Order: sequence, then structure tokens, then C-alpha cells
Amino acid sequence: MATVEEVAECMFKEVEQFSGKKRFKPGDLIKHVQKELGADKDQAKLAIRALTEDGRLVYSYFGGTWLELPYQEGAAKG
Amino acid sequence: MSDVKTPMLDELSGGQWPSFVDQIKQEAVHTPRYNNDMLKQLEISYSDNRGHWKHGGLVGVTGYGAGIIGRYTDIPNEVPGVAQFHTVRVIPPTGLYYTTEALRFLMGIWNKYGSGLMNLHGTTGDIIFLGTRTNHLELMWDELAAAGWDLGGSGSSNRTPSACLGKSRCDAACIDTMDLIHNITNHVMDELHRPAFPYKFKIKASGCPNDCVAANARSDLAIIGIWKDDIRINAAELKNYFAKHKDPKQGFDMVNHVALMCPSRCIEVDVNAETLNIRNGECVKCMHCINVMPKALHVGEDTGAVILMGAKAPIVEGALMGTVLVPFMKMDKDDDYQDFKDLLEKTWDYWEENGQNRERIGETIQRVGLAYFLQQLELEPNPNQINAPRDNPYIFYDEFFDEEEEAAG
Repeated sequence: MATVEEVAECMFKEVEQFSGKKRFKPGDLIKHVQKELGADKDQAKLAIRALTEDGRLVYSYFGGTWLELPYQEGAAKG
Repeated sequence: MSDVKTPMLDELSGGQWPSFVDQIKQEAVHTPRYNNDMLKQLEISYSDNRGHWKHGGLVGVTGYGAGIIGRYTDIPNEVPGVAQFHTVRVIPPTGLYYTTEALRFLMGIWNKYGSGLMNLHGTTGDIIFLGTRTNHLELMWDELAAAGWDLGGSGSSNRTPSACLGKSRCDAACIDTMDLIHNITNHVMDELHRPAFPYKFKIKASGCPNDCVAANARSDLAIIGIWKDDIRINAAELKNYFAKHKDPKQGFDMVNHVALMCPSRCIEVDVNAETLNIRNGECVKCMHCINVMPKALHVGEDTGAVILMGAKAPIVEGALMGTVLVPFMKMDKDDDYQDFKDLLEKTWDYWEENGQNRERIGETIQRVGLAYFLQQLELEPNPNQINAPRDNPYIFYDEFFDEEEEAAG
């Protein structure tokens, strides 16, 4: 059974790999680590919590909630 | 009052009703930076016939994916004061009881960090703070959290559960909605702060079928207090209502105002003999008789809740009302509402796995069919779950019988 840190790392790599090309909902990442590592849902949720509290991933809202790498959006610069 | 010139908006100040324009102009005296520019933007919108707000984005407080709704103007050069104008949702006390001290604290926080404009309460049920800048969010959040307040739900999360004031003030409450929703809110805190669903999910609880929080129309999962046994009748008070009926000055008619208004016609009134009989087996719990004769009629003693699922306002698809899932569930405080929590977990497990992006649970039920959905939740089919008799004659039962035979071996 993978540790929460390993699950978090697996999620982060997935988001990083497709950054700018594809957005991930938290549910997408949970399904990804279930498939890749056999992680359970509670572990996956703890991993998301760790990633967002560390600031490695941030939540965004564009017609639904997504998890992304942190960036400064255009609107905020104005 | 603000001295910003808003001739078109000012037309909304006329008439006998309170006007949001007046309220914003009053608040602009305390927080001119935000509110003068908001008034200017509104005036521009009325002249352009289009809104200038942009919604969404990245803003939030560290670790939370909900509670802050990003809002920006698309004309920041003209109205720099509202270049960022984010909304903050805060969980209110269950039943919406406040001390004046708590209200003053909230107003103080929002005058310090935001526009001073608040909405108590939005349709979410939350305390809504309207308008602040990104760099104020963490500072405001630190002060709120230190005082024991927490952010509410937004985005694809479980939204802040809401309840009527239930047994704290209402005779008709069949369940303790305040205790239930307080308990459930604490139970679902992670789902509330860290959105992980296909779309939003709302839980609302009403103590009786009057449904004062409109749970049946506005929540994905509605808990509505109900009773199984007979409507209780207070004979002495009933006599008073018959006396009112017989006095023409009172304008109260037991036949036309009570018996004939009953949707299932299960009440018989004999005004001469002063008797009232209710065929409780036919009662559909509409609450009309209890509402018009509150001193004489009371809800029964064997109380619990009906659980409905799938209501929503029109966003992606049209509006839906809730569908009965469980006709009667005991809301057992001593068991920590475990039956309800088990149902909630099963629902979320199925929806997280099978719901499509931006699909509310009601739309999922429509897509997969109620029968299949009930099977997945391991719920027994029940005639109470059927809204209307089927009108499509082209249904073939052979395959169901085949399945049954196969299952029987």
C-alpha cells in the first residue's frame, strides 16, 4: 500500500506533466492514483489536502473546481 | 450618501421599497474606495446593457478550495476600486441565531477588510461578504478563524448545510434540525472545504413538511421532518375553533377553510355535532389543517424524516424537484444520525465515481434511471418514490422476469 506522500507525488507528477494542456478535477486525480497505485479514497483526499496546504497545487474555479499548479492569472495582475 | 452621479440607478431608489442603490450609497461613506467604483460600474452596465463582472479563477485561502469566489471587473481602468471584488462565504450559526456581539464582529471585519456590503443570508444560507481584494483575504481569514468562524462551501463542494430553526421555536418541527445540521456540518467539513465532487451538492433540513428552507426545491439532498402516526387533536382548542366558525364576525369557516382545502379530502367536519375526523391513512402531510388550526391540531408523535434527492435550480439542465429516496428515516441523535450518514456516504461514493463533470445528482439520477440508482444505493423500491403513474405503455417486463429467474438459479 502506497503512503500518502507517494500518492501526493503521483498526483503532482500527473498535474505537472499535463500543465497547460489539460485540467484535472480532484476526482480525476483520485481515480488516477486508485488506478496507478491502488490507493484508497481517504488516502487520496489526504494527499490532495497535503498538496494544497503546501501550496504545490492550488484550487481554481472555471465552471467547476480544478486542481492546478500555482500561477498568477491575468485578471489578478490588472 | 455617496456623491457619485448615477442617474439611471437612481430610478431604482424611487417607490416604497428599500433599494440596494440607497444601501450601497450609504455604505460608500464608510468604504468609498470599493462602493463608489461599484456604483460607477453598475451605472455603466445599465447604459451598456451588459454586466462587467468576471467570475472564478484562483483566489482562495491556503489549503481551502472553497469559501472564496473570485470576482473581477473587465473595465479595471475605469473602476480601479473594484478591479478585484471577491466574495467570501462564512458558515452561519445553525438556525441563524446571532448575538449582537457576533454581528458587530462580522461587520467590523468586513469594514476593515472589505467593502462593508453583506448579504444575510444568500440562497446558499451562508453569510455573504461582498467585495474584497486578494491581498486582504488571508488577513481577514486569520481574524475570522481566530474568533471561531469558518468559511462555507463553494465550487464543486458540499455546500454549507442549512436548516430551519426547528424545535428551538417551532411547534411543528418533527426533527431537531439545528442539532442535525450542526452535526452533519461538522461531519462533512472536509467535503465542504475541499471540493472533490462532479459539481455542487447541497443539504438542507426542514423540521416539517411546511419546508421553510425550501429543501425540496433547492437542495440535492433534502431532509424533511415528518410523522408516521396520527395527527394529534386537542379537544378543548378544537371547541374554540368551532366557536370561531359559528361567529360570523370571525370569518373562519371549518368546512371551506379546512376540510375542503385538504388535498386528499381525508378530513370530515360536522359543525353541528362539533366533531372533526381525520382518516390519517390517507393524509399526505400537506400541513394545511395544522397551519390553519395550530392550537387544535399537532403533528404526530412517531416522528422522523423523509429523505429526498435531486432538486436543483436550472443551470445546465432545467429545474428539478426532489425525488423521495427514503419515505421515513428515524433521525436518531443517540446513534449520531448514523443511518443518514451511511446513506450520504453511499450517495457520494456512487456520484463521485459515476457523475459527469457539472452534473448535479438529480441529473445523474435522470440519466441512469431511478431504479438503477436505488439498486446502487442498496435501497428498497417503494411506491412513495413514484411521482406519477407511468404514461408510456411500451415497457416490456420479459427481461426483468428473466433476470429474476436467473438470480433464482
